[in-house]
Amino acid sequence: MTPTLFADLGLLIILLGLALLITAARPAFIAVAAYMAYGLVMALAWVRLAAVDVALTEAAIGSGLTGLLLLGAVAWSQRHTQFQARRLGLRPGIPRRAGAGRGLTLLVALACGGVSAGLAWVVLTLPEPAPSQVPLVQAALPITGLGNPVTGVLLVFRAIDTLLESVVLVFALVGVWSLASDPAWGGRPRSLHVVQHSGALVLLGQLLPPVGILMGLYLFWVGADAPGGAFQGGTMLAAMWLLVLSAGLAEVPAVASRRLRLLITGGPLLFLAVGFSGWAFAAGFLGYPPAWSKPLILAIEAALTLSIAAALAMLVAGPPERPTAADPQPDPQPERNQQRGHR
Amino acid sequence: MSFPILIIETLAGGRLLVLALVLPLLGALLAFSTGGRAARRIALVTALAGLVVAAAIALQLTSSAAALDYAFGGWAPPLGVSLRADGPAVMMLVTTALVIAATMVYAGVDFQPAAGQREGRSGLVFWTLLLALWAALNAIFLGQDLFNLFVALEILTFSAVPLVCLNGRAETIGAALRYLLFALLGSVLYLLGAGLIYGAYGLLDLGLLAARIQADAGAAPPALWLALGLMTAGLMAKTAIVPLHLWLPPAHSGAPAAASAVLSALVVKGAFFVLLRLWFDLVPVPAGWLLAQMQGALGAAAILLGGVMALRQTRLKLMVAYSTVAQIGYLFLIFPLAGADAAVAFITVGVALDAGTAALTGGLLQIVSHALAKAAMFLAAGRIAARLGHDRIDDLGGVGRAMPLTLLAFGLAGLSLMGLPPSGGFAAKWLLLRAAVETGQWWWSLAILLGGLLTAGYLFRVLATALREAPDDSAIADARAGTGPAAPGPALAILLLAGLSVLLGLVPLGYWELIQIGRPGLYQPLGMVP
Repeated sequence: MTPTLFADLGLLIILLGLALLITAARPAFIAVAAYMAYGLVMALAWVRLAAVDVALTEAAIGSGLTGLLLLGAVAWSQRHTQFQARRLGLRPGIPRRAGAGRGLTLLVALACGGVSAGLAWVVLTLPEPAPSQVPLVQAALPITGLGNPVTGVLLVFRAIDTLLESVVLVFALVGVWSLASDPAWGGRPRSLHVVQHSGALVLLGQLLPPVGILMGLYLFWVGADAPGGAFQGGTMLAAMWLLVLSAGLAEVPAVASRRLRLLITGGPLLFLAVGFSGWAFAAGFLGYPPAWSKPLILAIEAALTLSIAAALAMLVAGPPERPTAADPQPDPQPERNQQRGHR
Repeated sequence: MSFPILIIETLAGGRLLVLALVLPLLGALLAFSTGGRAARRIALVTALAGLVVAAAIALQLTSSAAALDYAFGGWAPPLGVSLRADGPAVMMLVTTALVIAATMVYAGVDFQPAAGQREGRSGLVFWTLLLALWAALNAIFLGQDLFNLFVALEILTFSAVPLVCLNGRAETIGAALRYLLFALLGSVLYLLGAGLIYGAYGLLDLGLLAARIQADAGAAPPALWLALGLMTAGLMAKTAIVPLHLWLPPAHSGAPAAASAVLSALVVKGAFFVLLRLWFDLVPVPAGWLLAQMQGALGAAAILLGGVMALRQTRLKLMVAYSTVAQIGYLFLIFPLAGADAAVAFITVGVALDAGTAALTGGLLQIVSHALAKAAMFLAAGRIAARLGHDRIDDLGGVGRAMPLTLLAFGLAGLSLMGLPPSGGFAAKWLLLRAAVETGQWWWSLAILLGGLLTAGYLFRVLATALREAPDDSAIADARAGTGPAAPGPALAILLLAGLSVLLGLVPLGYWELIQIGRPGLYQPLGMVP
């Protein structure tokens, strides 16, 4: 048994154990914590499979950002159930997942077991070596001036998919905002609102961002030639912004803010503009003139990094809410926006 | 392997395909960025441009009788991603543009910001996501790449779900959440299947994959069948075929009428269209005979269950939503009927057709006529509910006198849903029926006929009540006294949709010529392809 095989087996066992914990744990908090751990171990597994780009994305989005969203949901439902319990005069408990009927549980278990068994069998029958387009990508990559084949696929050969995915993020945010109440529309999301300043959080919010922003920018910049890119860099920037916001060092922008909206759509809009320019200067829509392809790709990635960061941070911040009496100071922003509308 | 890597645009027509996909996307981004009252104006301009693009694609296709292709950035598959407009895709493009434009006319004054507000919540969400949904649908109809289709399905889901709970009430948010869970389960299964197919073939392009699958006919790897099974199950959840229909009635009936119209008319068809691509373009249906029979059985069950449930509803919008469950059932009859012995030919309306062509033509015609009729019906139901303040079927008396144009549109749309001549629904069901009889699968014809009777039952109940005089103290009497004549735009838009769904049946039955464009050798069974 070689040492690497030993390490791989260890990863596998930990992954299976965490997966079981996620499905079996009744308190929602434990399931989410296990899910975040699962994402990190999965990232290690991707590294072992030599898919470093996937590993970075898994760690940043799969574990970090999704975990943060789920933690937010657990915290919210905890507040909600405690509020309900107090209203009904019950003892507040820990939020648990609603138990499904035994028949349904059995059906779901059978379906999942069946699919897993089918996958396990079929994966063993897949051709060896795996057929892939890697040789074709390697052959065409020099035309693009890029060094990272993953970025080549994402921004050149299959640029349309990346364009559409960056737009999905905008529409997901519209979906989250649509859950606001009508009177709160135009205002600021308040889930990150600071009621009491915590010294430790403020210190972190001042110390970490310079380093984190540098790392986020590095991830975007290095993406052209090495693992990294707009999604990983954007997630890093979003995390730093969220840290500053939840430390109370800056205010969450109002959803009516046109600057915020342009920041969110800027990346996809620039991507589209470059796409159209391909009709005049290159082989077609979303094509790049060979001499210009690397600078154009870097410009698109830069704009996408900022747009992704803004969209992800606002997804975590949630829908706008009306200020409550408990808030320390009222904010004048929504009124200002409305006045601007009157003119 | 030797593929040309870079291809240069040859046909200007290909650019139209890019515009069909990108214009609504650009509109959605601009509507979101500017917001306020401009969002609606941007949507209307985009609708006009989109109609022109769809018409231009249809003209180009019918005049050249050849499919249009486009490779993004000049990168040919398998390296790049391509779009392709064949006959069925163009039918869907045009239908979608018509339904979305009519819905925008209907929704003209709804979703306006309240007085003194720069922007309202429901307005921004509605106009942005309606355009997003349009872009996603066009991407699905034109998509030729399994992963590209996945991204399109994702945009479709994320733009459709918030439309369900636009009114912000707890019960509609619950319905939207249930819809989201079904749709996401469908996405996961689809993606799993696409990944397996890439693992087995190293390809994602439908055309290249189909050639490879044909080449090793009979010896397809097990991964292909598992992948197709998973993708089919996932797409069925998104299409809401029985027994995966549970999310549809509360979601489609709880949404605002303008949203219900596009959800019922178009969104479920988007997922179904991918299913058609898989079973007709990727692998020919005869290869999956047993699966085709099972799909047909679900279709028949949906026709009957949806019809019975619609008959039992007391609320108009819920009834129309259950009617969608039933009408989707007809679509799944395509699989067993088109998959039967393709050598069976018969003559109908003076044209010789093989059973496979008849079934596919009937099925696509059902998609189009149901899209037009159901959009008209939901919009009409929305107008009635807005006027009366309720949608209880038993209290619809007087509607016929108060809103004659709207009720006429409702009735015309009903004609098509029932499958009475000369409507498009009649032509669709007639072709399916003939295909069932001629291929000796009489059991499907029973479902088609019974479904027609059930549809007639629940629609006549509405029409008969609506044509009764209103009791003097009813809401309609008050409403008639209180309000002057409404703006004619919305009523005319509804009437246009309903009228088109009827007129479809009068157009010379040359649909199969359109459907055949870009699809040579479609109906040859697996062994006969050279």
